[in-house]
Amino acid sequence: MTTKRRAMGTLAGAAALAMTLGACGGADELGGGGGGGGGDDTAGGTDCSPYEDYGSFDGETVSLFSSIREVEADQLQDTFTEFTECTGITVEHNGSGEFEQQVVVQAEGGNAPDLAIFPQPGLFARMVESGYLVEPSEEVEANVDEGWSEDWKSYGTVDGTFYGAPLMASVKSFVWYSPTAFEENGYEVPTTWDDLMALTEQIAADHGSEDVKPWCAGIESGGATGWPATDWIEDMVLRAGGPDVYDQWVNHEIPFNDPQIVEAVDMAGGILKNPDYVNGGIGDPRSIATTSFNDAGLPILDGNCFLHRQASFYEAQWPEGTDVSPEGDVFAFYLPGETEDESPLLVGGEFVGAFNDNEATQAVQAYMSSGEWANTRVEIGGVTSANTAVDPENASSDVLRLAIELLQDENAVARFDGSDMMPSEVGAGAFWSGMVSWIDGAETQTAVDQIEAAWPAG
Amino acid sequence: MDFFLYSKIGQMVLALLAFAAVVAVLMLGARVADRVAGRTRNLWALLVFAGPALLLLGVGLIYPAGRTIVMSFMDRRSEEWVALDNYAWVLNNPESLRAFINTFWWVILTPLVATVVGLLYAILIDGKRFEKVAKSLLFMPMAISFVGAGIIWKFVYEYRGAAQDQIGLLNAVLVAVGLEPVRFLQDGPWNTFFLIFVMIWVQAGFAMVLLSAAIKAIPTDIVEAARLDGVSPWQMFRSITVPSIRPTLVVVVTTISIATLKIFDITRTMTGARFGTQVLANQMYDQSFTFGNNGIGSATAVVIFVLVIPIIVYNVRQMLRNREVRGA
Repeated sequence: MTTKRRAMGTLAGAAALAMTLGACGGADELGGGGGGGGGDDTAGGTDCSPYEDYGSFDGETVSLFSSIREVEADQLQDTFTEFTECTGITVEHNGSGEFEQQVVVQAEGGNAPDLAIFPQPGLFARMVESGYLVEPSEEVEANVDEGWSEDWKSYGTVDGTFYGAPLMASVKSFVWYSPTAFEENGYEVPTTWDDLMALTEQIAADHGSEDVKPWCAGIESGGATGWPATDWIEDMVLRAGGPDVYDQWVNHEIPFNDPQIVEAVDMAGGILKNPDYVNGGIGDPRSIATTSFNDAGLPILDGNCFLHRQASFYEAQWPEGTDVSPEGDVFAFYLPGETEDESPLLVGGEFVGAFNDNEATQAVQAYMSSGEWANTRVEIGGVTSANTAVDPENASSDVLRLAIELLQDENAVARFDGSDMMPSEVGAGAFWSGMVSWIDGAETQTAVDQIEAAWPAG
Repeated sequence: MDFFLYSKIGQMVLALLAFAAVVAVLMLGARVADRVAGRTRNLWALLVFAGPALLLLGVGLIYPAGRTIVMSFMDRRSEEWVALDNYAWVLNNPESLRAFINTFWWVILTPLVATVVGLLYAILIDGKRFEKVAKSLLFMPMAISFVGAGIIWKFVYEYRGAAQDQIGLLNAVLVAVGLEPVRFLQDGPWNTFFLIFVMIWVQAGFAMVLLSAAIKAIPTDIVEAARLDGVSPWQMFRSITVPSIRPTLVVVVTTISIATLKIFDITRTMTGARFGTQVLANQMYDQSFTFGNNGIGSATAVVIFVLVIPIIVYNVRQMLRNREVRGA
């Protein structure tokens, strides 16, 4: 769960950074659009026609609870400015770092907000099963059918009933690299898994030394240490086993120590546990366990490593002045599938759930599920959406634009972050600690057996 | 009304008003109790003065403690009774046993070493010209939160491969003198002791300040009489200083013990309780809040509570004994 919250925290930073980068990298007019304040062309008078369908309310207030804070919370609030002006509904957003615990406490205490933004399908489903969330209006479902894929809709669906629309999305299947370094060495961005491994081998042969390795990685994250490794494994399960195996694995229809999962973990181990391939500029494979995920990719800038697998939000970690663009200091490519045609995509995202069916609540929920909202939010910057109504050109940076294009790719098979859907003893517990001991030297079989043993009965 | 409920200044004004109201009610109560004559007078005074404190204790301490005990016999969602299953887990699971062993080392080493360091330091600097500066130097870590201390020391312990530039202070020193860099936080069981050192670093200042004050409170005539008798510094330390500050020593050792039993910030920030550095309080937090397993989390909390009891009993008994000695 911390994975997601951290992701959102870094995204907040990404927003500010993206604008800076847009300005100094001279990317194009879009960077300016992000900073310009929501592209309000009407100069003074607000055009209320897009909001007519939501109805007119007299000074009503709808409370919205989430884990979103600081810069990103302001950006979220900005998406409601025109909506409030035109409908009369004030959206009062409240973000908390203890969202996961607090939302349960508030609901149990009869003090629930009107709407809440859930970063994990697991928690969302738990709230539905406890009877706290109500079904949204038909309009919300229509919006989701129009803008989102079946997969995305299914994460907001509990036991066959649709309960909530996805809000924002992030892409995890990214490999960060240095376009300039690739150019100098004549390396090509790989398009299949074999290409990626061949490239890894090539880099090791060309540059391999005690302090230069093809890959760099880090999974330290305080109390959440281990989560970046779970993302690796999830990506590997999607590639080695495919989406069906992935679904069975996440739902515990096959055990965690199933041979197919062992194969996927070993696939990650082929890189992460190979002393010739990691950990450039930092140390041996064991050093991955104590390297903070924030710093792990930075050796790319010093030429100590060439590749770093991390989600789109890693954009915020590059130091100020780094040129993040397809020809710049760093950029990201899509972590390839087994063949060029397969593009399994590991994603994360959030879902809006309603605690009551007041008309004002439903109006806000409908607005938040619409393509208009998604476009408004993406234009403000720092985030991506998988809503097909979003024009990638609206993205606030090149990486986010690439992320949106991948999210909207019809061939892409998207799967949600598995550890966020597993029971938290596993998803935020044994899976994390198992990955840490695995990186620290434990055998794959030992690690997966240990994780399987922690799966709660029933 | 919106002003008070929805603006920050309004909320602050509201809070101040509420605070003033509470104080006013208490003062009024005290005044009324003062006027009551006769046999019920003491009862009224007790009610007015102890009542609010007892009420808050009940709401904030007694009720949650009782509920925790009840929850420790229930399943992960506190819905069904599971008898002693949670305790069986806490006492049998290998991960949990590791937490017990580590916590044992924490509770043994931290109070002892911190108190000894604090005591020696206090004696050494006592009456010296630079005493104030020396005191503030050792006391300063006390002003840093455990999380802050954890982050600082994580940088000090930071490990890089032998071929890389060391960015951690300790490993930089080791490499400079021609040794191999050490994985301070990764190699068990030593990593636990490197974490314990951070706690000692924080607590030694606390011990020093209290003990220094106690040393200064030793009556000068006793010290002078001893000097006239020609005691050696060791005899002075053994027969005069330590017995005179015994009550303070007990308070210092027990306070640090209790703080150590609930240590979790340092492990959490520095290793995330991985690499075999789990401790009981961190296990309680993980189980209750991260994994959503209220049962095991509560059982762990109860175990910590049970472990604290002997320390508190000892502390209280010592205080009572000192009172007898003083004839109070």
